[in-house]
Amino acid sequence: MSNLISIRDLTKSYVRGKQKVEVLHGLTLDIPKGDFVALMGPSGSGKTTLLNLIGGLDQPTSGEISIDGKRIDKYSAGELTKWRASNVGFVFQFYNLMPVLTAEANVELPLLLTNLSAAQRRKNVAIALQVVGLGERGKHKPRELSGGQEQRVAIARAIVSDPNLLVCDEPTGDLDRKTADEVLTLLQTLNREHGKTIVMVTHDPRAAEYAKRTLHLDKGQLAEQAAH
Amino acid sequence: MTKTGFVIANLFRKKTRTTLTLLSVIMAFLLFGLLQAVNVMFNAGADFVGATRVVVQARVSFTQSLPLRILPELEAVPGVEKVMYQQWFGGVVGENQQVFTFAVDPARLHAVYPEYVMPEQQWTAFGQTRTGAIVGRVLADQFKWKVGDKLPLKSSIFPQKNGSKDWAFDIVGIFDGKDEQWQRQTNTVFINYDYFNEANQFGQGAAGIYMLRLANGDVAQSVTEAIDSKYENSPDETKSQTEKDWQAGFVKQIGDIGLLVRWILFAVFFTLLLVVGNTMAQSVRERVPELAVLKTLGFSDTSVLGFVMAEAIALCAIGGLIGLTLATLLGIVIQKVAGAFLPISVDGSVWVAGLVAIVVLSLAVGLLPALRAQRLKIVDALAGR
Ligand SMILES: Nc1ncnc2c1ncn2[C@@H]1O[C@H](COP(=O)(O)OP(=O)(O)O)[C@@H](O)[C@H]1O
Ligand SMILES: [Mg+2]
Repeated sequence: MSNLISIRDLTKSYVRGKQKVEVLHGLTLDIPKGDFVALMGPSGSGKTTLLNLIGGLDQPTSGEISIDGKRIDKYSAGELTKWRASNVGFVFQFYNLMPVLTAEANVELPLLLTNLSAAQRRKNVAIALQVVGLGERGKHKPRELSGGQEQRVAIARAIVSDPNLLVCDEPTGDLDRKTADEVLTLLQTLNREHGKTIVMVTHDPRAAEYAKRTLHLDKGQLAEQAAH
Repeated sequence: MTKTGFVIANLFRKKTRTTLTLLSVIMAFLLFGLLQAVNVMFNAGADFVGATRVVVQARVSFTQSLPLRILPELEAVPGVEKVMYQQWFGGVVGENQQVFTFAVDPARLHAVYPEYVMPEQQWTAFGQTRTGAIVGRVLADQFKWKVGDKLPLKSSIFPQKNGSKDWAFDIVGIFDGKDEQWQRQTNTVFINYDYFNEANQFGQGAAGIYMLRLANGDVAQSVTEAIDSKYENSPDETKSQTEKDWQAGFVKQIGDIGLLVRWILFAVFFTLLLVVGNTMAQSVRERVPELAVLKTLGFSDTSVLGFVMAEAIALCAIGGLIGLTLATLLGIVIQKVAGAFLPISVDGSVWVAGLVAIVVLSLAVGLLPALRAQRLKIVDALAGR
């Protein structure tokens, strides 16, 4: 199986005041197409930093990141923005929906960047909401939904432009056990049936069980790789 | 959903706050529209009155009357073609509606001010009717006066011989202005000097001020110098100047009001800047994570700037257009009830100034929050840094 993500000697440092702090120290990693990877590790180990680099939200200090054959580490900020729109879906711990928009409109938001017609956009939105099991809730505002439902709207938003890659930063961190299981099952379905490659940061070993394998990050370095 | 829909939805995320802000924008532009109209009126100046007339008044003050007996002497000054005089009557309609009223010799008014136009038979009637009065078009429209009407007019100055300050005149003519600018000057009543002079209790033979029509503008200086030197050191010292300069004297006083109006406008807009600016800044501050999500989804820095800018423009434009519309409507009402004394009209020039103000205000209140949104770094914003 070919690699979707290929990372070589990746370092990332932040400048804090006058000090330069290296968070990732020469990380090398391959993630094949269709994989579902859980990324675990103590708080502050650099999980979010790594995920943000993979998702093209930030640029590395040195090293290579290629995704689907494209060297995104060489992209300018503007090029990264365009690339994200069609290649990555994001899911965050706190859902990050627009409170002023209905579920439907939230899901439609990324499609405003495409040249799809209004009718096509509506159709794609309906499908995405169907996939996450919220076909009936399109007209509701986020505050009229439960946490689990909000997260599923966020997942619908992440998949509506049909990217190959989903990056999820503690997607169940704010949910109770049962709701978390539902969301994780949904991610598993997206991975198995829709072929999405998923990289998911989590604290929770039970959440990691849903992934195909788990990577452990500690102090900016990868530890052993456990397969499930 | 469209991008416009998204902007509007965001604008009303805090309904109360947006409504209150919108109300202050509306109020400010209502005030702006009206004050700007007043400003235009004050700046209209006297540039349309020619330099071919000279005004002669008492040196001490224009409220002091010059005597009638100097009339032939003024007529004899070389370069002077026609002379008229006018006495301020201090006319009041009803309880306290002031109207500009002057006692004049009808034939002399006609000769010196050809800019006032009226059918010839009405001029004749004015000359022949002792209690006759002619009223300007603006006043006639405002008070619905017609030829043949009785015109009850109180004088704030002159009692009749019987002691009463309530006078009555017969409207024998309605005059217009020869062009648009002179139309606006038709907020005046003229009454017959002879009747006024006989019937009033004091001040017989007082002419008030003189207006002299010259052969041409070139003699203005020699005429004014000749007159003023002639009466120097006499009991009736004069101050002569062209009508243009004379008007400019008033306009200068009024100009100070214009300056005051501009200061008020400045204060209003400064306050508005703070109010709307604060709303915009707050609205951007409280949705930093949302703006970061937009960027995450693939909206460029520039389009995020655009979203915030569009909100500022929408806020200012909605409020501004409503405010200017209200000002226009209110201007029409004011024109109807008090057009003679406050000839304001919220016209095209006021709208142009208003639209410029909307653009400037939008930029001023939108730019900083919009730039902040543009510069926002996704990873920092998402992590709440
Ligand atoms: N933009 C930044 N500026 C400065 N320090 C940062 C920044 N982002 C992350 N860090 C630091 O890098 C380390 C790793 O952060 P992060 O990747 O968020 O860890 P994790 O997600 O594993 O908890 C932390 O010590 C954090 O404070
Ligand atoms: Mg993290």
